[in-house]
Amino acid sequence: MQRLTAKGVAVDDTFAEAFDMRATAVVITAPSRRWALQAATTMTGFATSVIGCGCEAGIDKVLGPRETPDGRPGVRVILFAVSTSELQKQLQNRTGQCVLTCPGSACYAGLTAGDEKLNLGAAIRYFGDGWQISKRFGGRRYWRVPVMDGEFVCESTTWMTKKAVGGGNLLILGASREKTLAAAEAAASVMRRVDGVILPFPGGVVRSGSKVGSKYKGASASTNEAFCPTLKGAVATALDPEVASVLEIVIDGLTSEAVGAAMRAGVAAIAELGPERGALRISAGNYGGKLGKHHYHLRDLLP
Amino acid sequence: MNPLTFVTRASPGQRLDLSPLTPQNLAEKSLAEIAAIELQTTRERVTAGDVFDIRAGDSERIVIEGGSKRFDRAGMGMRSGSVVVEGDVGVEAGRGLFGGELIIRGSAGPYAASGMKSGRVEIFGDAGERLAGPLAGETIGMSGGVLHVRGSAGPRAGDRLRRGIVLIEGDAGPYAGSRMIAGTLAIAGQAGDLPGYLMNRGTILLGAGATMLSPTFADCGVDELVAARLLAESIKTTSPRIARLFRRPLRRLAGDLAALGKGEIFIPTL
Repeated sequence: MQRLTAKGVAVDDTFAEAFDMRATAVVITAPSRRWALQAATTMTGFATSVIGCGCEAGIDKVLGPRETPDGRPGVRVILFAVSTSELQKQLQNRTGQCVLTCPGSACYAGLTAGDEKLNLGAAIRYFGDGWQISKRFGGRRYWRVPVMDGEFVCESTTWMTKKAVGGGNLLILGASREKTLAAAEAAASVMRRVDGVILPFPGGVVRSGSKVGSKYKGASASTNEAFCPTLKGAVATALDPEVASVLEIVIDGLTSEAVGAAMRAGVAAIAELGPERGALRISAGNYGGKLGKHHYHLRDLLP
Repeated sequence: MNPLTFVTRASPGQRLDLSPLTPQNLAEKSLAEIAAIELQTTRERVTAGDVFDIRAGDSERIVIEGGSKRFDRAGMGMRSGSVVVEGDVGVEAGRGLFGGELIIRGSAGPYAASGMKSGRVEIFGDAGERLAGPLAGETIGMSGGVLHVRGSAGPRAGDRLRRGIVLIEGDAGPYAGSRMIAGTLAIAGQAGDLPGYLMNRGTILLGAGATMLSPTFADCGVDELVAARLLAESIKTTSPRIARLFRRPLRRLAGDLAALGKGEIFIPTL
């Protein structure tokens, strides 16, 4: 494989392969930023991968009081899934268990246009056991559900887009765990600033990159040994001798452009840190281009 | 392009039905055709040309200069555009309004905005009895849109309100929000006796309380509700005064418990 370079960091001439996904978004508000973040963090917990969690979800951005429908601090959360029905189920369960339950919270549509509507308050309202109240103003319908600290206000529906993209990725290869993590942190911190993008894994970073299939029956994915440094000598490795650690950043976005913008920002941040303090090499994961229709070539993303 | 303008020549000799003078009805009509439109409500024939000097203009923007308490059904059933009356109107102004905007720079008679479904009605003066309400035999009143009265309203304002927002900057007569089905009725001033009489659902705001509240409303205490903030946000450009009232801590009275009892009266505290 040809190698390019960006400020001394090697860049593989390869591409990240990503997939069409369905996505929806909600805006959660609360009396304080702390409690808005608490509800959003709880709602997006255990949502790293559609394989095991049903959806991939994360915090898109923190909103100031002037940016939310009720003038309180808020957070916008985006959820991704592979089907409309699964997305609806995850949205309903996570809103019901994590936002409705959170002190002082309210929940609104995070997308105001899209391909289809999903039920938000329209599903949660039954918790009101007949005491729920519908109010409609400004062209939007809200449900007021009496709860023990007052009322939970929840917009009736939110929108879903079918044009979302999941699985954009960057592989970060470094000479030590510390340096690789420093590069990954630098990249994640700028990538999550891109609008309409989430990094679903812990802190935005995943250390257990997988391949499709396994030697064991029933396991659909298993460790990607070609990128495991402790197996360098034992398998057909993808690693250079000096590489001691590999971390991946997975990106889901509401649009393909957003995913591309996040990857570009990530490559720039890793390059900026340089090989002495950060990564030796940047690569990306793909399946030969046959499975996903979105291809992000690293050569097009160089700073 | 100037608005299509009707200038009143003299006070009419009989009540007139202005319902034909809407944008959808006058589109693509010549001045002669418009002047020939009959407006009488008695056996004596009266045309638009008899009552008004008509100045050609954009039929999506209609202006009626010089009002009269005998101008009934102004803007009735309009679907788009705007009708502005520079004066008073009679009964049923904006009745069944479907869209667009009706502005009355004077006062309106009974049944203003009766059964309106969408769009916007603004009355600069006072409104007569049964604002937004249904006519006899109808089961629902206003079912959508925004109705803004800058003055006061007569008895039974918002009777049988089904959906939409009614904002009254002044006072309201007795039985405001009677038999409400749902929707929002906000009165910045004081309501007369028994607001929310037999209401099932919906929200009434009483900025300065009422002369007498029904004992069939149960005090649920004072709270600062997120839903009230949302409502304030949605009306703040139309009525900053009522928006401020919704932002205050509100005493919630649930009722009318003599009916379904799932409605509420809010009274600002402090």
